[in-house]
Amino acid sequence: MTGPDEKGTLMRPDTSRLVGEALTLGYDRRTVAEDLTVAVPDGSFTVIIGPNACGKSTLLRALARLLRPTRGTVLLDGADIHRRPARQVARTLGLLPQSAVAPDGLTVGELVSRGRYPHQGLLRQWSREDERVVDQAMADTGVAELADRPVDELSGGQRQRVWIAMALAQQTPLLLLDEPTTYLDIAHQVEVLDLCARLHEEQGRTLVAVLHDLHQAARYATHLVAMRDGRVVAAGDPRQIVTTELVEEVFGLPCRIIEDPETGTPLVLPAVRRSGTEGEPAPAVAGRC
Amino acid sequence: MIVLRLPGGLSLRLRPRALVVGLAGTLLALVLAVLAVGAGDYPIAPADVLRVLAGGGSPADRFIVTELRLPRLVTALAVGAALGLAGAVFQSLTRNPLGSPDVLGVTSGAATGALVVVVAGGGSAALAGAAAGGGLATGLLLYALAGRHGVGGHRLVLVGIGVTAILTGVNGWLLTRAPLMDAARAALWITGSLDGRGWANAVPVLAALAVLLPAVLLARAPALRLLEMGDDSAAGLGVSVRRVRVAALGAAVLLVSVAAAAAGPVSFLALTAPHLARRLTRAPGPNLLPSAVVGAALLLAADQLAQHAIAGRQLPVGVVTGVLGGGYLAWLLAGERGGRR
Repeated sequence: MTGPDEKGTLMRPDTSRLVGEALTLGYDRRTVAEDLTVAVPDGSFTVIIGPNACGKSTLLRALARLLRPTRGTVLLDGADIHRRPARQVARTLGLLPQSAVAPDGLTVGELVSRGRYPHQGLLRQWSREDERVVDQAMADTGVAELADRPVDELSGGQRQRVWIAMALAQQTPLLLLDEPTTYLDIAHQVEVLDLCARLHEEQGRTLVAVLHDLHQAARYATHLVAMRDGRVVAAGDPRQIVTTELVEEVFGLPCRIIEDPETGTPLVLPAVRRSGTEGEPAPAVAGRC
Repeated sequence: MIVLRLPGGLSLRLRPRALVVGLAGTLLALVLAVLAVGAGDYPIAPADVLRVLAGGGSPADRFIVTELRLPRLVTALAVGAALGLAGAVFQSLTRNPLGSPDVLGVTSGAATGALVVVVAGGGSAALAGAAAGGGLATGLLLYALAGRHGVGGHRLVLVGIGVTAILTGVNGWLLTRAPLMDAARAALWITGSLDGRGWANAVPVLAALAVLLPAVLLARAPALRLLEMGDDSAAGLGVSVRRVRVAALGAAVLLVSVAAAAAGPVSFLALTAPHLARRLTRAPGPNLLPSAVVGAALLLAADQLAQHAIAGRQLPVGVVTGVLGGGYLAWLLAGERGGRR
């Protein structure tokens, strides 16, 4: 499943530091996914897509050690992620969760420096290395000039870049992002995704993101994981796996696929549904895809 | 933010404002304490008080200071610090400025324990023990009902309000069951009072503080700060969310219970002290040490008011903290609503 990728130069396509093996995932007694196996190719920008409630965020939570699988194991560097100390995992795997809250009055600089927590100790609270890494993380995300501003005064796009800076300050080779573009307008969505692509290409980090927008996923991902009803329908290079059949199967959406004139990646165009009889899709259109 | 770098790779980070608030608060509490020891029907000059504390002074002064006034004062400082610290931990864990042990029912639980002893006709030691036990049991109950899925957000606060309502009802019923004399004593205890407190009351609180202050403050403060950003963020940064929460909640419940055993459920202090501390330090995060210092100074000041505000008549300190703390909180919330951006 781990298809080779033309973009990555630092990539060893056949290795995966982060693997989910035969995962059964759920909350309380509700099972969301069963027997799910996913590998995140090293050096990839992996994007997980799928319709609402398909289990994509649940999978990301399991990979991030937030959710303990009912069955199966998540392996980080070959070891069960739940058997490793939280702090040690946090030096390898960073996370941008959906539900992050910045406490009142916290400044950008303070928030980003919290990313150093896994590297700090009781008597090593703020080394020169901490300072250097935090400054670098803010420079990389373009928030250095905001350092003294309170986070709650920033715009949505700025705020998301600050949270990414915090995750960068963690200095982890792997970075997991749960719907990083939700609630952002289109310009800020592109800004955040461009930033992710840059982190992937220039710093050689392995990124895993859950996204909603199929077009953006196909454009930015080097490795796409398409899910439906708690199982992986297809995984691989988006140029190879994004087909009308796949979109139909995953989203139940009749469509046409053309080449994105900007990037050459697949661009999904939903088919026009003529509003003939209400609620009934026109068969002629469905047949066209 | 000041950074201290020492040889051997050690480094410490300090907020100057928080440091100033902590030191000024401590100084204020000590000055207040010296003045308070001197105040009363038999006034003693501050210089004489200091002489006694240094080990000298006249026998009469010595007796009054070390046997009569100092124990009550030390109890006030220790209980105030314990409640301030516990309140800061609770508010941080619940991410809710109202998430204090009074609102969550821990103090009501302590009162229930004490009332059971009053009805059964037990002595002071049994009453203190039962109060501590009641607080701890309520803490466990809260955790069992709301803690499993994470105490963040509103869940713990809502469950706590429910528990408080039930316990208030139980406490009222217990009061009606008590013999008249005991009911009067119980009513006084429930208000929270430092009247007649001696070393036997102060020592358990001091011991709890000596153990839990470093354990909570030094070991858990950074993790508590991260928990305020949400469980997922904290976990992503390498915080063992459940372990930190159980440890911090356990320590806070223990502090409240021991404090309630010593002075009764002094109201509003655990709610007010962290608010005031945060306003003074202007620092995000739980502000643990400043809250403890502010709590100690507040309770001492409130107890002096309770003793001397109305000539010839002592009030229970809980009346003063209730009136002042409640008033302050109402003023704070009203102002905040108007002043919010």
